[in-house]
Amino acid sequence: MGMKKNYWRRRHLMELFMKTLMRISLVGAAASLGLILWTVVARGLPALTWDMVTQSPKGGFYMGKEGGVLNAIIGSLYLALGGTLLAMLFSLPIALYLKTYLGSSKWGQYVRLSLDVLWGIPSIVYGAFGFTIMIAIGMRASLLAGIIVLALVELPIMVRAMDEVIRRMPADLEQAALALGSTRFEVAMRVVTRQMLPGIVTAILLAFGRGIGDAASVLFTAGYTDRIVTSLMRPTASLPLAVFFQLGSPFPEVQQRGYASALILTIIVLAVSFGSRWLASRLNKYTIK
Amino acid sequence: MDTHIQVKNLNVYYGKQQALKNVNIEIPKKQITVIMGPSGCGKTTLLKSFNRFLELTDGTQITGEVLVDGQNIYDREVDVTEVRKTVGLLAQRPSPLPMSIYDNVVYGMHIHKMKKDRKEYKAAVRHYLEIAGLWDEVGKRLHDPATGLSIGQQQRLCLARGLAVEPEIILGDEPTSALDPISSQNIEARLLDLKQQYTTVIVTHTLRQAKRLADHVIYMYMGEVIEAGPAKEVFTNPKHERTRQYLEGLF
Ligand SMILES: Nc1ncnc2c1ncn2[C@@H]1O[C@H](COP(=O)(O)OP(=O)(O)O)[C@@H](O)[C@H]1O
Ligand SMILES: [Mg+2]
Repeated sequence: MGMKKNYWRRRHLMELFMKTLMRISLVGAAASLGLILWTVVARGLPALTWDMVTQSPKGGFYMGKEGGVLNAIIGSLYLALGGTLLAMLFSLPIALYLKTYLGSSKWGQYVRLSLDVLWGIPSIVYGAFGFTIMIAIGMRASLLAGIIVLALVELPIMVRAMDEVIRRMPADLEQAALALGSTRFEVAMRVVTRQMLPGIVTAILLAFGRGIGDAASVLFTAGYTDRIVTSLMRPTASLPLAVFFQLGSPFPEVQQRGYASALILTIIVLAVSFGSRWLASRLNKYTIK
Repeated sequence: MDTHIQVKNLNVYYGKQQALKNVNIEIPKKQITVIMGPSGCGKTTLLKSFNRFLELTDGTQITGEVLVDGQNIYDREVDVTEVRKTVGLLAQRPSPLPMSIYDNVVYGMHIHKMKKDRKEYKAAVRHYLEIAGLWDEVGKRLHDPATGLSIGQQQRLCLARGLAVEPEIILGDEPTSALDPISSQNIEARLLDLKQQYTTVIVTHTLRQAKRLADHVIYMYMGEVIEAGPAKEVFTNPKHERTRQYLEGLF
């Protein structure tokens, strides 16, 4: 009996210890997020003027103290939108192929593994890879090159997320709809879409969020400019690089503008991620878990 | 006996394996026919031949005829969606569609454009939920997700959804095997209520359920129909040794 009591106490202690450990990690994670946000807001907000979001920089090379980063905002939106669209164009067929023809076969597992590896590769590697190819074919840094490399960065995220969505599609669902006399087309449009759309939208927004914040992949490939980009073939500015250059400046005013740019980028990323959460929870209400 | 479904020389193969061997049976109109037999004997396969679900599996081959009201449903000019509208299916596990309770019931009526306006659809949804004995439980939360219902309620929802497209025949593939006893009883009670209006074909693996439901019995073994006839005769005085052994629980 005495043994037993001791044993129980140890179990309780162990649980208390683990619970405390988990709480500490949780608080730590939340605190660092809060700290980051606070730094960006505290330093960036004072410099976040109307000019920042409505004008292009004056004084060249992000070193100027006048004007704004409209060129980088628009450039980043173009890059992320273009990259996401291009990645979508390829990832949906790849995900469908994975499900339909490879399934859980050996090849299916290899493809999933390599996508996960690709997901983990730092984006500077993608950037360097894109740059090498650009040199080989004599292409200059441009919006198009940036979009292509971003699409490559986003592709594994999107394919894997879609793959999960498609794999979670209950097998009985199509049969249930067919049993009521639906055509294949009606099943696809009214049932399969409803079941999978929330996950697919989430996958796309997730990839967009990663794309818009990525600096390394566009560093060599999209280049930079003080003007708002007007052609796919011309270089474009982007917010992550604007932050990078501005923070690297020796002038405190310019550094502060860097925090303002970071704040703008953070707001966009937060808006996308909260937006996607809200949308997913609304769309997800009726899906079969 | 007024025959609703007549099966003539039906053979079904999954690839090389033959699942049904020269099946010839008649299923009476507006009665409950129960298909019994050990697992793997081809009960599901026979049931699926009635709503053309076999062709959803790759590599199936079908020869012979299944006549519904004298029309071979495997004829080239027959519209498979019409077959499935006429022959409803209650699956082994309830499978609600990813939408609200209301939309689940209205789904089939919509695709077949069966009603004129919203008011008619609403009335029909209520009507079929009442028939399925679900209205009292869900009438106030029609726009909640169907997945929020208990599994027994989901199966009654699937019944309401199936009845809403106005089928003449209801198929049930062990429709209570996933349910708790109370929900099973509930579904059984519905099926008994409905048998005056629908031809019902139920696969079951429990002898007791077969005895409670059956007007007519089909006993299968290894892809063959061993015995078919009125429930009374088959249960009290089986003609074949195998049927007798099965009924006595020998295997
Ligand atoms: N999709 C399929 N592919 C190959 N064989 C199948 C398939 N479905 C059923 N079978 C085989 O056909 C036979 C009859 O199966 P089934 O009709 O499901 O039997 P029951 O419903 O009586 O248990 C079994 O031997 C089963 O293994
Ligand atoms: Mg079966």
